[in-house]
Amino acid sequence: MTSTVADHHHDEVPKGITRWLFTTNHKDIGTLYLWFAFIMFLVGGAMSLIIRTELFQPGLQVVDPHFFNQMTTVHALVMVFGAVMPGFVGFANWMIPMMIGAPDMALPRLNNWSFWLLPPAALLLIISLFVPGGGPAAGWTLYPPLSSQGGMGVDFTIFTVHLLGMSSILGSINIIATILNMRAPGMTLMKMPLFVWTWLITAFLLLAAIPVFAGAVTMLLTDRHFGTAFFDPAGGGDPVLFQHIFWFFGHPEVYILILPAFGIISQVIPTFSRKPLFGYTSMVFASVGIAFLSFIVWAHHMYTVGMPLSGELFFMYATMLIAIPTGVKIFNWLATMWRGSMTFETPMLYAIACVALFTVGGLTGLTMSITPADFQYHDTYYIVAHFHYTIFAGSVLGMLAGVYYWLPKWTGHMYDETLGKWHFWLTVIGFNITFFPQHFLGLAGMPRRIPDYALQFADFNQVSTIGAFIMGFAQLILLVVVVKAIRGGKEASSEVWENPEGLEWTVPSPPPYHTFATPPQVR
Amino acid sequence: MIVSRLMQLTGKVLSVTGIAGLWIFPANVQAEWKVNLQRPITEIARVQYDLHMMIMAIITVIALIVFAVMFYSIIRFRKSKGAQPAKFTHSTKAEVLWTVIPTLILIGMAVPSTKALLLMEDTTESDMVVKVTGFQWGWHYDYMEENVSFYSMLATPQSQITGSETKGENYLLEVNNHLVLPLGKKVRFLLTAKDVIHAWWVPQLGGKKDAIPGFINEMWVRADETGIFRGQCAELCGKDHGYMPIVVEVVDDAQYQAWLEGRRNQG
Amino acid sequence: MSAAHGGYYLPGPTKWPMITSMGLFLLALGFTLQIHHLAPGPWLMAAGAIIIVLMLYAWFSQVATESEAGRYDAQVDTSFRMGMGWFIFSEVMFFAAFFGALFYTRVLSVPWLAGEEMLWPGFEAAWPTAGPQGAAYIGPDAHEVAPGQFSSIGAFGVPLLNTILLLASSVTVTIAHWALKKNQRAKLNFWLFVSVVLGFAFLYFQAGEYMEAYNHLGLTLGSGVYGATFFMLTGFHGLHVTIGAITLTVILVRCLRGHFKPDEHFGFEGAAWYWHFVDTVWVGLFIFVYIL
Ligand code: HEA
Ligand code: HEA
Ligand code: CUA
Ligand SMILES: [Cu+2]
Repeated sequence: MTSTVADHHHDEVPKGITRWLFTTNHKDIGTLYLWFAFIMFLVGGAMSLIIRTELFQPGLQVVDPHFFNQMTTVHALVMVFGAVMPGFVGFANWMIPMMIGAPDMALPRLNNWSFWLLPPAALLLIISLFVPGGGPAAGWTLYPPLSSQGGMGVDFTIFTVHLLGMSSILGSINIIATILNMRAPGMTLMKMPLFVWTWLITAFLLLAAIPVFAGAVTMLLTDRHFGTAFFDPAGGGDPVLFQHIFWFFGHPEVYILILPAFGIISQVIPTFSRKPLFGYTSMVFASVGIAFLSFIVWAHHMYTVGMPLSGELFFMYATMLIAIPTGVKIFNWLATMWRGSMTFETPMLYAIACVALFTVGGLTGLTMSITPADFQYHDTYYIVAHFHYTIFAGSVLGMLAGVYYWLPKWTGHMYDETLGKWHFWLTVIGFNITFFPQHFLGLAGMPRRIPDYALQFADFNQVSTIGAFIMGFAQLILLVVVVKAIRGGKEASSEVWENPEGLEWTVPSPPPYHTFATPPQVR
Repeated sequence: MIVSRLMQLTGKVLSVTGIAGLWIFPANVQAEWKVNLQRPITEIARVQYDLHMMIMAIITVIALIVFAVMFYSIIRFRKSKGAQPAKFTHSTKAEVLWTVIPTLILIGMAVPSTKALLLMEDTTESDMVVKVTGFQWGWHYDYMEENVSFYSMLATPQSQITGSETKGENYLLEVNNHLVLPLGKKVRFLLTAKDVIHAWWVPQLGGKKDAIPGFINEMWVRADETGIFRGQCAELCGKDHGYMPIVVEVVDDAQYQAWLEGRRNQG
Repeated sequence: MSAAHGGYYLPGPTKWPMITSMGLFLLALGFTLQIHHLAPGPWLMAAGAIIIVLMLYAWFSQVATESEAGRYDAQVDTSFRMGMGWFIFSEVMFFAAFFGALFYTRVLSVPWLAGEEMLWPGFEAAWPTAGPQGAAYIGPDAHEVAPGQFSSIGAFGVPLLNTILLLASSVTVTIAHWALKKNQRAKLNFWLFVSVVLGFAFLYFQAGEYMEAYNHLGLTLGSGVYGATFFMLTGFHGLHVTIGAITLTVILVRCLRGHFKPDEHFGFEGAAWYWHFVDTVWVGLFIFVYIL
């Protein structure tokens, strides 16, 4: 074999729709993932606006309770599995090969399949909303026996989960193979950018967690239709078994959502502090530690199910421990900023907001890990506030930091900084107006997943809804920013920022269709 | 210039620390707005309340420290002020410190939490037993030794929900039959459900517990105060999950006996 | 890590994956409709299944052709190996969910249920059980089960035979592998053929067991948690054996056509790994489902 990279037809960029349908190019697939994630974000966000509209006032105004429950459920599923996870896979596709000096992902055809499993899955989920009986309405956690009650929509959801799961598994296999097998000469593991590290760890989490979820929903399916009694006490089963299996997946899942964001933050903060990342090694080990702990803390979501005392104690202690490696990360970021020389372009603003607000979410998470206190917090809006502070402020703001950071690299044009700042401030302010009051609501006793509430909760709910609309419509600015940058604008240099670290900044913006035809030599 | 810089900064501080929400509230109504756990009226609820206040204090301090360092850096080490970047990449001393100190804090939190948990799980030596059964959508109460049992369901009229009538004071938190409990008695609850999982929760009495079909969970309550206390189902249980409230009425012993008598006569 | 980046094979645009996804979509859609007895269900399922089979055939043929054309260097080979290895790991985790369900029910929830005197008076913890309202259990291989009774399958009849078959097939695959490495093609073909036969023999006996269970033992998917865990574990295992046996058959055909080289035969190895994995799971099943 000669040293040409691949088939000849591969050197020029293919044209037309089939470029996107049949592509095996990591950048094209990355782009597909990112657009898919963004559309899903708008769809899931629109659902959250329906939720917030109904909750604007006490009483039933816009939707009936059953539809409300469907919105809650599908909002969460779309956001988690449609927006955030694919969004990060998009980043992985675009950036990992460039960051480690690889010509492409290790298994390009598989890569195409991972992406093209998503649209059918999303379609199934959307269809479920329109069949008789409606979509899934048992919450994104799909607890039986409630989830045994729904109609056809629940079955669609189960298959959605199967397809999404296949996509995630294939995607992670590809990422692992790429990172372990495709690094440029000299790119040792401990020289890899942190984003690559966190994705490597995330991929392992996915491989271990997603199949378990697939198993759980499969049991749900057979319980619903084929007479099994996994979750039916009359047949010797136990509904709580589902919760155990679900959360064995579900807790690692939340770190799947956050670790890539941590990776992005670890790239952005050093660049705009003009100072190398503080504590690289401890960052790596902290991520590994978080990943390990994530598999032994699942039952902190189930303190109220009546576990034996020993179980409650174990899961409480184990959960509290996660604060330590996470704290290490927070402190390392602070130490990176310390005595740096900072500027505050949009990516940096997002990174800072992400660290600050995630700290809030993480700390409330810590309060919930305390079993006796969680007896009060559990299933209230305090939880809703906690996880939007971690998921939105952590994962989504982290992702937005990444979008602004690499957008000039992807498109070859600088984005509009003014619009970026507008987007940032509206998002962050809107976010806090939406979710900070929810802490109060939860503490004061408002349960989650209700379409209607007692009068004493009215004011904060109103505030929260106003915030949601500010935050929601601010996201349309992002659309404008991205489209403008694709269409044109100031040419971006290959470095884009001032002396950023990493191989991706050594190639032109936008990078050629095949970045590293010959592998770069790393120091 | 200075002013705008200052405003920018305040904006940043407020929004980033998440206090922004608090500041836009008109001050006159602020007092009525409930922002914390409801006033506890049992030992368990009190223990939870104290624990909650303690950990809130700890995390507030931690958060403030993190923000303080962060904003100090943001203000002090900006390029526009001519800050020159340092070159250090790690410091074993600092890293050990910020591993060890959090560990100690966590241990400090774990001890009282363990104690509280042990107290809550001790359902022995109760004075009476009430079996609580959740169903879609309401509660069934069974005073096991007294041969008294009844259903308890939402009493708020549909017209208030749809808005054709003004909403009453206890909108959504009123039921046809109160669960009546005697003052100062240790009541052991046995919780189960008929169809799907529900959770029984009256904040002022203490934490919640799931009612799971096919299984029985236990919890206990000893009310120190008479009065009416309201709560709600706290586990998504279908369409009317938001409409299955709980109302507990704590009365003194004489009234309790009289109530029991009346109940029995009702059959 | 090899330094041969310049030669890493990057395939051009491909249509197989996205059409496969469409097939999966039709399959899922059709299956759901079928569950709810809606007319187009079976047709959609059939269409989906046909698309998937055709696409996989086309996809794998292309890969096999490229492989035989020497397109893949050592580094590509490593990618494939990692891919297969981690795929098998994810399969292990899939089975872990069902094993977890089995352990949880046996060790925790069935005894708990037996403790709930108030709800399930008279129910005693035992294994096998079909639960407080399920059928009564009357010992392994009891052939006379009245309505309301069920019986389990004893470990040391057919299951033991099946264990021997599968373990033997693992050995024969390994012999075939050695033969391939030494380029002894006849030996390779023979032992691979034996492995395939053993695999299908396993399936034959397993199917017989299922018929026996359904027709005579009263043991069905609906026999409470015992039936549920039993059939889900052995059923998914059986499905994996089926896939593994088909894969081995494909590999056998490729061997007969002279594919694979002594030092380069990832396709063969991937199938063999998968087969070993299927065997290992069976050993777990034999111990925890049948013996204990
Ligand atoms: C990205 C997602 C994400 C992340 C990262 C986290 C992180 C954490 N979560 Fe959260 N969580 C969710 C998403 C997430 N969570 C979701 C979606 C739910 C609800 C699911 C549902 O029911 O629908 C949930 C629910 C949930 C519960 C269940 C509550 C209930 O239902 O009753 C608990 C309980 O323990 C919990 C705890 C934690 C903890 C301890 C962390 C820790 O990882 C946080 C660690 C971080 C810090 C502690 C802050 C930084 C540290 C320092 C500054 C160091 C110093 C600190 C100390 C010494 C204290 N979470
Ligand atoms: C990644 C995860 C993620 C993200 C990003 C979000 C984002 C948001 N979430 Fe969500 N949420 C969850 C995960 C997430 N959420 C989960 C897991 C649950 C629990 C579900 C359960 O209980 O089962 C939940 C539940 C949940 C609730 C509680 C529902 C209940 O208990 O009944 C609420 C209520 O306020 C809410 C609100 C919001 C809001 C306002 C946003 C906003 O940040 C969204 C902002 C974005 C937009 C608003 C998009 C704007 C788009 C447009 C304006 C254009 C529209 C046009 C077109 C579609 C073409 N979420
Ligand atoms: Cu009953 Cu919620
Ligand atoms: Cu968790």
